[in-house]
Amino acid sequence: MTETPIISIKGLYKIFGKDPTSALPLVTSGMGKSELLEDHGHVLGLRDINIDMAPAKITVIMGLSGSGKSTLIRHLNRLIDPTAGEVIVSGEDVLRYDEARLRRLRQETMSMVFQKFALLPHRTVLQNAGLSRRVRGEDQETADREGAKWLDRVGLGGNHAQYPHQLSGGMQQRVGIARALASDSPIMLMDEAFSALDPLIRTDMQDLLLELQNELKKTIVFITHDLDEALKLADHLVILKDGAIVQQGEPQHILLNPSDPYIEDFVSDINRARVLRVRSVMQPFHVNGHAFAGTVDSNATLESLIEISGGDTSHCYKVADDGRDVGILEMKDLVRALVPSRPGNDDGPAPHA
Amino acid sequence: MAFYDGLFDTLGLRDWCDGAGDGGPMTMAELLAKSSGRTAEEAAADPTPLLQTPFPSLDALNDACPAVTRTRDMTDGVENAFLAIKDPLKVVLDPITQPLSWALNGSLEMFQAIPWFVLIPLLGLLVWVASRSAGLVAFVIGSFLFLGFIDHYVYAVQTLSIIFVCTLICVALGVPVGIAMSRSDTMQRATIPVLDMLQTLPTFVYLIPLIFLFSVTEPKLYGIAIILYAIVPVIRLTDLGIRLVDKDVIEAADAFGMSDRQKLWGVQVPLALPNIMAGVNQTIMMSLAMVVIASLVSAPGLGVLVLRGIRNLELGVGLVSGFGIVLLAVLLDRVTKAALSRINVSQKA
Ligand SMILES: Nc1ncnc2c1ncn2[C@@H]1O[C@H](COP(=O)(O)OP(=O)(O)O)[C@@H](O)[C@H]1O
Ligand SMILES: [Mg+2]
Repeated sequence: MTETPIISIKGLYKIFGKDPTSALPLVTSGMGKSELLEDHGHVLGLRDINIDMAPAKITVIMGLSGSGKSTLIRHLNRLIDPTAGEVIVSGEDVLRYDEARLRRLRQETMSMVFQKFALLPHRTVLQNAGLSRRVRGEDQETADREGAKWLDRVGLGGNHAQYPHQLSGGMQQRVGIARALASDSPIMLMDEAFSALDPLIRTDMQDLLLELQNELKKTIVFITHDLDEALKLADHLVILKDGAIVQQGEPQHILLNPSDPYIEDFVSDINRARVLRVRSVMQPFHVNGHAFAGTVDSNATLESLIEISGGDTSHCYKVADDGRDVGILEMKDLVRALVPSRPGNDDGPAPHA
Repeated sequence: MAFYDGLFDTLGLRDWCDGAGDGGPMTMAELLAKSSGRTAEEAAADPTPLLQTPFPSLDALNDACPAVTRTRDMTDGVENAFLAIKDPLKVVLDPITQPLSWALNGSLEMFQAIPWFVLIPLLGLLVWVASRSAGLVAFVIGSFLFLGFIDHYVYAVQTLSIIFVCTLICVALGVPVGIAMSRSDTMQRATIPVLDMLQTLPTFVYLIPLIFLFSVTEPKLYGIAIILYAIVPVIRLTDLGIRLVDKDVIEAADAFGMSDRQKLWGVQVPLALPNIMAGVNQTIMMSLAMVVIASLVSAPGLGVLVLRGIRNLELGVGLVSGFGIVLLAVLLDRVTKAALSRINVSQKA
């Protein structure tokens, strides 16, 4: 990651319980989550978290339920205070903020979308959407104008006067997204924002988010327990287990080089052809004697290429990115990449155990 | 020989007991013993059978040891202590509670000054605003016309006026107390025993100190009694309502940077409103119950007629005014519940 990160989490620990500070040395010296709970009655929330989040990118934090995802994202706007560590946002240590400065961070710099929508039930859709503006003290007219603008943008132009309980789950979450967007904050936190929705609606919402992101270029921190969703959205993927990071990096890279049996298990069920992209399996461009069977985009999925090639594995394609030749893709490499590889066995599919 | 003589002898307290001299006027038991022709000494001379062992009460111990105070002296002591703090207490309480007298008197005058042909439609309008139910409006107007027809209109309006003032004050005091309780567990722990006491004390019991403090002719006397009794549900349900507000919504309010005040008035109180209104409904019902008892201490209204019915054994007067009270109760209950259900509909989660 070459850009300076907009959010930087350093050495973050969170322990829940009566006396977290006294339990901290136990955790730093290596005591596990279950041992800490049984012997000392403290819950290990997070252990030594270090993440840099690039601006205008989607960072996805993935893990099973109870792995500490919600705890982690709530440290960014300090809905939870850490036991140890730093959270740096735009170069400033959020933990040093006083009440008033913290409120300004929440009003202007970060907005949040919740799993259970958490709309105000006694306010109309329009009032909900303009909430952040009204909290900041802006006048009614601005709040309604901004709220209406973003409601229209997420496809709820005709529901302004309704109350949240009159809408379906998917529509309610659109209001949640409009509410977050209307604050014009550069950072958006999304805690399992789509997990409560039906699969079809969930796909719609993911597409909506990507479309908005293309245009708005926000820094998004997205939490999910669903690997497909994570791979679809992530620019940077962080995998969390029992409060600690198991692996983080480019999702395609993690998929091709899982560092841990835990992650191998995770990625083994995935439809790799649909997720992997040409750029992840191509070789660097070099002139060779081959005749190219065609040109493909570097961001095309392997699935689309298999379709183009009609399943013929003898072909070789030229890979282009914005009209420049960037690589060569042998269909043999493609097929090989479809089988999960064991770590340390990079150059060939291992027989599956 | 009194039963517990031995006890004081063995404890070596005999000197202390006798040093105190003999203890004041006779108790009723001594008097009875005397009138039956035997002195207390004679009666005590027979050994007491074990099964008749007297309870070691103050009076029994006093028999054996005059230094121990008797129960009657103890209650006298309580009375004297109360009388001693009465004057300083009055200096403080009188000015604070004076506005209550003004409010009760003012409201009574106002309600009675408005002619019936204005007040009844006005009440109908109020019910319409609160409930949007034509049936309820008709019921309220019908009830008042009926009460007027049987010459109970003035009494009913007096009762209504007292309830009106007391409920307003209960809400004005109770909601802030409930809010404070919901924000601090310490405050909640400290307040709940007081609320329990207010609710369980028989209503006559707290009339007693009030009668000593204020003169019976002052309206604030019954005002305070009604408010103390009826304020409990508003406080409890405000506290409960705010504590029950959806944690996720509160978290969202925090995440968007709301201040405590914005959160309280923009989220917590509106979402607790159904519970607060349920508390107000109960408060009104309890004021109504208390207003009858308050007639003992000069509160005007239907309660006066009920009392007359009891005192003079005028069965008809008592029954008809009792029916009037039931009518008022049903009507107030219906109207507040209708208002409550309108709130509920608009914020069904
Ligand atoms: N307030 C709390 N007190 C004690 N334990 C907590 C608290 N909040 C979360 N935890 C524990 O921390 C762990 C991580 O929780 P959470 O962040 O909610 O997980 P996730 O969002 O990944 O499902 C869980 O084991 C949970 O029980
Ligand atoms: Mg969670």
